[in-house]
Amino acid sequence: MDLFEYQARDIFEKHGVPVLAAAIATTADEAEAAATAIGGKVVVKAQVKVGGRGKAGGVKLAENPKDAREKAGAILGMDIKGHTVRTVMIAAAAPIESEYYLAILLDRSNRTFLVMASVSGGMDIEEVAHTAPEKLAKVPVSAVDGISLAKAKEIVAAAKFPADVADQVSDVLLKLWEVFQSEDATLVEVNPLVKTSDGKIVALDGKVTLDENADFRQPDHQRLVDEAGENPLEAAAKEKGLNYVKLEGEVGIIGNGAGLVMSTLDVVAYAGEKHGGVRPANFLDIGGGASAQIMADGLSIILGDKDVKSVFVNVFGGITACDSVANGIVQALELLGPKATKPIVVRLDGNNVLEGRAILKAAAHPLVEQADTMDGAANRAAELAAK
Amino acid sequence: MTIFINESSKVIVQGMTGSEGTKHTRRMLISGTNIVGGVTPGKGGQVVEIESRQLPIFNTVAEAMAATGANVSVIFVPPKFAKAAVIDAINAKMPLAVVITEGIPVHDSASFYSYAQSVGSTQIIGPNCPGLISPGKSNVGIIPADITGAGPIGLVSKSGTLTYQMMYELRDIGFSTAVGIGGDPVIGTTHIDCLRAFQDDPNTQAIVMIGEIGGDAEERAAAFISEYVTKPVVGYIAGFTAPEGKTMGHAGAIVSGSSGTAQGKKDALEAAGVKVGQTPSETARLLRAIMGR
Repeated sequence: MDLFEYQARDIFEKHGVPVLAAAIATTADEAEAAATAIGGKVVVKAQVKVGGRGKAGGVKLAENPKDAREKAGAILGMDIKGHTVRTVMIAAAAPIESEYYLAILLDRSNRTFLVMASVSGGMDIEEVAHTAPEKLAKVPVSAVDGISLAKAKEIVAAAKFPADVADQVSDVLLKLWEVFQSEDATLVEVNPLVKTSDGKIVALDGKVTLDENADFRQPDHQRLVDEAGENPLEAAAKEKGLNYVKLEGEVGIIGNGAGLVMSTLDVVAYAGEKHGGVRPANFLDIGGGASAQIMADGLSIILGDKDVKSVFVNVFGGITACDSVANGIVQALELLGPKATKPIVVRLDGNNVLEGRAILKAAAHPLVEQADTMDGAANRAAELAAK
Repeated sequence: MTIFINESSKVIVQGMTGSEGTKHTRRMLISGTNIVGGVTPGKGGQVVEIESRQLPIFNTVAEAMAATGANVSVIFVPPKFAKAAVIDAINAKMPLAVVITEGIPVHDSASFYSYAQSVGSTQIIGPNCPGLISPGKSNVGIIPADITGAGPIGLVSKSGTLTYQMMYELRDIGFSTAVGIGGDPVIGTTHIDCLRAFQDDPNTQAIVMIGEIGGDAEERAAAFISEYVTKPVVGYIAGFTAPEGKTMGHAGAIVSGSSGTAQGKKDALEAAGVKVGQTPSETARLLRAIMGR
């Protein structure tokens, strides 16, 4: 889960990373009040989980609270790359002398953690990595040992931080490691980390990604979920414990196993090329169980998507037997009753496939048709969606 | 021959007394796996009967190994306790630890992987994987044993159900070993480790490699194939239609910016001379054409 900047800032503050005074606002009135409380010049910053907001006009300097009110009014409601701005952060404006970069992240390739540090902060770090890789220090960090003071000093030296800020940056690194580890983050990034004109090091903007697998030991993370920004179908699926991602197509997809479902989306997209360009409408993995209730929950989410014109249920019976999946489909359609309105193409294979197919055949539900192969079923579902 | 497991593998189940552990112990026993005991901390000394076998339970992996001579452990422990279970296996110098558990925090996986590397005695497969099977010889994990039998194909895959699908597509030919390496961002055994083992296994004649979006494991595997693998390899990549920035079921299946895309992986494999199928069945056809089957 990616956090908003203000959430990252609050987590930084909780762990002692130096940040500026700030508050969030969802209305122009609140923005003015926040600017008054902070005092002096402030920066009004759009809170969106996408890069490039500055260029899009989502970050403005305000001279006084009235100005902050005006700027916030203009930014709130703005669309930045498809993300609606619902919240702004009002932060104290700092006189910046230098901009640096620090990040701790999971390095999948090397199966370890990695610190990236640069004295050329403030800009797109991928750009720095590409055009001037010598300015970006990369230092592996062991998942067992973490960042000690000695390691922090090694990083500061590798990135060639100036002597007058070295100790402060080392200290920030220790605290960012605490954020990274104790919050189960997979990314903690500060860009820019700034030196103010009075020589202080401050985290001006931050990005934090949290590992949802750690939710069981991070009860506080639940309140960081952006419910307003969630797709309503995704939110409803999450409520039911379903692994669902909304996409932009017309063929609803249900399958078992993440890999098979991803593959199903692709196969439907290829088949759709011959049927007016129809595409998969969603990712939905019902996992190994595929009970009637899970199938009903999945079908009702998909049938609730107004873009869906047909449904493709693609199951390979591994541990799950196809007959229980078939029973699940039949019972799900009974549970849904008249709410089931779209044609459903079912492909069953694997464990007890003949029994499963026989159950669906005997049920003879008018919306359900079967196909022998995954490719054939994808083609038929695409054809039905194109009608 | 096979890779990683064979008919003389002696297997213990960490978490045998839990519901998943019991269920899959039964399935593995039915498929002929030589299971010699289980580990559940605090339940050492108990004996459980599964499929008419009396299986001793131990408190630690070290005790289980000393008493049974086990050389493989399969782990069905919930995410909360999985790290401790893997560390227990590493401390006992268990040669192979297969971690089936899904949902382990990546800080825990990175930590036990790093620890295993420093101790240097344990190969980890997974986490978040279906395990591996050498049909007719040993089945460690949750892969259905009745899809197909022994044969000359080696299979390595990030996905469980795509493994089953591919085994089913090629069931008339059969497999030396099929390895599900798992869909998490940090896994213990990679495509490369399996490709190397299949290349070195005289009974494997051709290799199917299944990948998916996220990370750069497939790109690295492509480079490895160019320099090391002389046996024919066909590939399949899932996730061409996945949007950027969305996790697709597996914790590791995410396209970040322009990296980790299915197209990038396909291109890398094709540049290494690997034929890549557009669908699982086309991939199976490509392999048949190469093998003349």
